[in-house]
Amino acid sequence: MDVLKIATAGSVDDGKSTLIGRLLFDTKSITKDRLEAVEAGSRRKGLDFTDLSLLTDGLIAEREQGITIDVAHIYFATPSRKYIIADSPGHVEYTRNMITGASHSEAFIVLIDARKGVIEQTRRHLFIARLLRIRTVFVCINKMDLAGFSETVFEGIRADVKRLAETIGLESTLEFVPAVAKDGDNIALASERMSWYTGKTLLQHLEELPVQKNQDLLPARFPVQYVIRPHSDEHHDFRGYAGKLESGCLRKGQEVMALPSGRTAVIRALYAAAQEVDEVSAGQSITLELDADLDISRGNMIVTTDAACNGSASLQATLAWMDDKKLTPGSAYLLQHGIHTVKAKISAIENRVNIDTLENEEGVSSFGLNDIGRVHLKTARPLFADTFAQNPHNGAFILVDEFSNNTVAAGFIETL
Amino acid sequence: MSIPTSSVFPRALEHEAIYIIREVAAQFENPALLFSGGKDSIVLVHLARKAFYPAPVPFPMLHIDTGHNFPETIAFRDRLAAETGIQLLVRYVQDSIDAGKVQEETGKYASRNMLQTTTLLDAISELKLDACMGGARRDEEKARAKERIFSVRDDFGQWDAKKQRPELFDMLNGKINIGENVRVFPISNWTELDVWNYIREEKLALPSIYFAHKRFVIERDGLYWPASPYLNTTESEVPFEATVRFRTVGDMTCTAAVLSEADTLDGVIGEIESAVISERGARIDDKRSEAAMEKRKQVGYF
Ligand SMILES: Nc1nc2c(ncn2[C@@H]2O[C@H](COP(=O)(O)OP(=O)(O)O)[C@@H](O)[C@H]2O)c(=O)[nH]1
Repeated sequence: MDVLKIATAGSVDDGKSTLIGRLLFDTKSITKDRLEAVEAGSRRKGLDFTDLSLLTDGLIAEREQGITIDVAHIYFATPSRKYIIADSPGHVEYTRNMITGASHSEAFIVLIDARKGVIEQTRRHLFIARLLRIRTVFVCINKMDLAGFSETVFEGIRADVKRLAETIGLESTLEFVPAVAKDGDNIALASERMSWYTGKTLLQHLEELPVQKNQDLLPARFPVQYVIRPHSDEHHDFRGYAGKLESGCLRKGQEVMALPSGRTAVIRALYAAAQEVDEVSAGQSITLELDADLDISRGNMIVTTDAACNGSASLQATLAWMDDKKLTPGSAYLLQHGIHTVKAKISAIENRVNIDTLENEEGVSSFGLNDIGRVHLKTARPLFADTFAQNPHNGAFILVDEFSNNTVAAGFIETL
Repeated sequence: MSIPTSSVFPRALEHEAIYIIREVAAQFENPALLFSGGKDSIVLVHLARKAFYPAPVPFPMLHIDTGHNFPETIAFRDRLAAETGIQLLVRYVQDSIDAGKVQEETGKYASRNMLQTTTLLDAISELKLDACMGGARRDEEKARAKERIFSVRDDFGQWDAKKQRPELFDMLNGKINIGENVRVFPISNWTELDVWNYIREEKLALPSIYFAHKRFVIERDGLYWPASPYLNTTESEVPFEATVRFRTVGDMTCTAAVLSEADTLDGVIGEIESAVISERGARIDDKRSEAAMEKRKQVGYF
C-alpha cells in the first residue's frame, strides 16, 4: 500500500477546509461520532447543510486558544492508498509554512474560487510549486455552483493559470478540476451538474498518480546515518551501514564507492528494515554490509561507481528564509544536508525574488522572514550533493543557527 | 481468502519511523524510549529492534509506573524487557507522592495520570535524558506539540511555540542547549488502523487486556470501568461480569472497556474498521467515549 503526501493551498474562504472534509467524508475516513458532531455544529450555526469544513475544526479550537498552527496533518485512506495532507492554515508566516508542508509532498492541490479566478495568492502557490519542483499540481476550481456551473468560466481560469505557470516557469504537470466542495461535485464523485466536464474527479486523479517511481530511477544516493556494530559472539564481524536510501536502487553484489574517500567495495548483504533482501529501493531504511572495511562513518555518502557525485565546498543555492532574525552576508551557519552537518558561510547574496512581480532584485543586503533568493555558500568540508533539479532528494539542505539552534532556512542547490 | 487492501500496512511508514529512531540514536547522547505498555509503545520497541538489527537497541526503555497499572501490562512489560534484552528503567509515581512532590487526587474520578508528569520530568533530569521517544500519533489528538517529529522542551518539560522548528524535507534538527530536551514521535504519521495492521503483519504480542475477556466492571457515565481497588466507587456502582476489551492501556482508574467479543487480532481490527468505515456501526458509541478517554489519559503525559 502506497503513501501519498499532498500539500493543499488556497486563500481564506476558497473552501479548503470544506474540500478536505469532503475527501475525508467521501472516503469514509471519519467516524460516525465525528460526523454527528459536525452535523450538530452545523445546526448550531443555523446551516441547512452539513458543513464539512468543521471536520478540521480541531484547528479552529486551537486558534481560539491562541496557538498558531503552522502545518496541520490530516490523514485519510482509500482501499489502495494512504494519504497525508499537509495543510498550512496560517496567514502571517504563510510562505514559510507552505514551503515546509510542501517539502514533504509529491503533489499540490491549489484551490481557486471560481468567482474570483486567479489572484495574487495563486501566483505565490505556483511559485512555491516551482521552487520545490512539485511533480503534479491539481488546480481545483471551486464554488462552481456560484459561477453557474459555467464551462466558459472554468476554461477562462484554466487558461489564466496556464499562462501564469508559463511566466513562472513551472514545469509541474497541471490538472484542472471544476468542483463544488460543499456538495462533493467532482471531488470523489463525478458531477451531474457539470456534464460538460468529462475528466477525472480529484480523488481519481490522486488515486492514479504514480508514487515515487522517479526517485527509484535516479542514481543511488545513500548517506550513512548510523554504523551498526553488534560486538556480539554471534555477529562478531558484522559492520552494517544503516540509513535511508535517498534515491535509486542498490543490489547485492553491486560495486559501490564511499565518499569522500573514493574507495570501493562490493555489497555483500542488504537489509530493508532488518529483513535480508537482494535489492533495495529509494525511500527505504536499509542496512548494507560491504566485502571490505572502508572506514565509513556517519555523514559519509555511498554511491554506485558508475554514477558518483562530485564533492564541492562552494555552491550556489536558492534560500527560503524562515527566521525572524535576518540573514546577512558573511554570517556562519550549520548546513544540514540530509543527515550530514557542516559549517557554512554565506559569502554573498546574489538576488532576491519578488514573488509578486517575479523580478529578481539585485543589491539586496539581507533576507528577512519569507524572503526567497539566490546566495553563494562556502562549506568547511566538501558536500556530496546534486543540484535540486537533478535530484531533489540529494539537492536540498537546511541552515541551522549555531546560537539559537533554530532551523532558519531551506536551501535548494542550483550549482555545485 | 485475501485480506481487503485497506488492511494492508503501508510499509513506507515503517521506513520513516526507523529513519527517525536511527537519527535519535545518532544525534543524542542519552536518549530513552518511553514505554507505557500500550500498543503504540510496543510497536516502537519493535521498530527500534529493527533499526539496529542485529545489534541490541542502544538505549533503554523508561516506564513511569503509576502503581495503578493493569497487572497484565506490568507482566507483559517485564517479559518484553527480558526477551529483547533492552534495559528497563522504572520510576514510580508512588515515590513522587511519598516525597511530597505531588498529591494524590481524591473523589470519584481520582487518577494518577496527571501526577506522572512530575515523575517523568524528575526521571528526565535524574537520568540526564536529552531525547525521549514516545508513541504519540498526530491522528489521535490535535495538540500542537505533536505536530513536530522532534519537539523541543525546556527544563520544565514545557513546549515553547517559539522553539518549534520548521521540519523541512526529511531533515531532523535535534540541536539543543543545555537543560533542553527533545520529545520524539517516530510514528507521528501512523493512524490507529496502521498500528493495528502493523501489529498483525509483524505478529506482535500484546497484553491480553486488548482482547475480549471476562472481567468485573462497573458502569459509570455510560462506560464500563474495570473494578479495581484503585477505583473510588459509590454504593450504586455494583460490579458485574462482562465480556470486554480495552482499546488503550492506561491506568485502571481511567481506562474504560468496550463490550466486545473480539478475542483475536482479526476480530479487533474488524471492529475498528467497521467503527471507522460504516456510517451506522453499532459500536460507534464506544468509540466516541473512548476518544474522550484517550484525551483524558493524554493530558499531561506528553
Ligand atoms: N457555494 C459554495 N460554497 C462553498 C463551497 N466550498 C466551500 N464553500 C463555503 O465557503 C465557505 C468557506 O469555506 P472553508 O472550507 O471554510 O474555506 P477555507 O477558509 O478555504 O478553509 C464556507 O461557508 C463553505 O461552506 C462550494 O463549492 N460552493
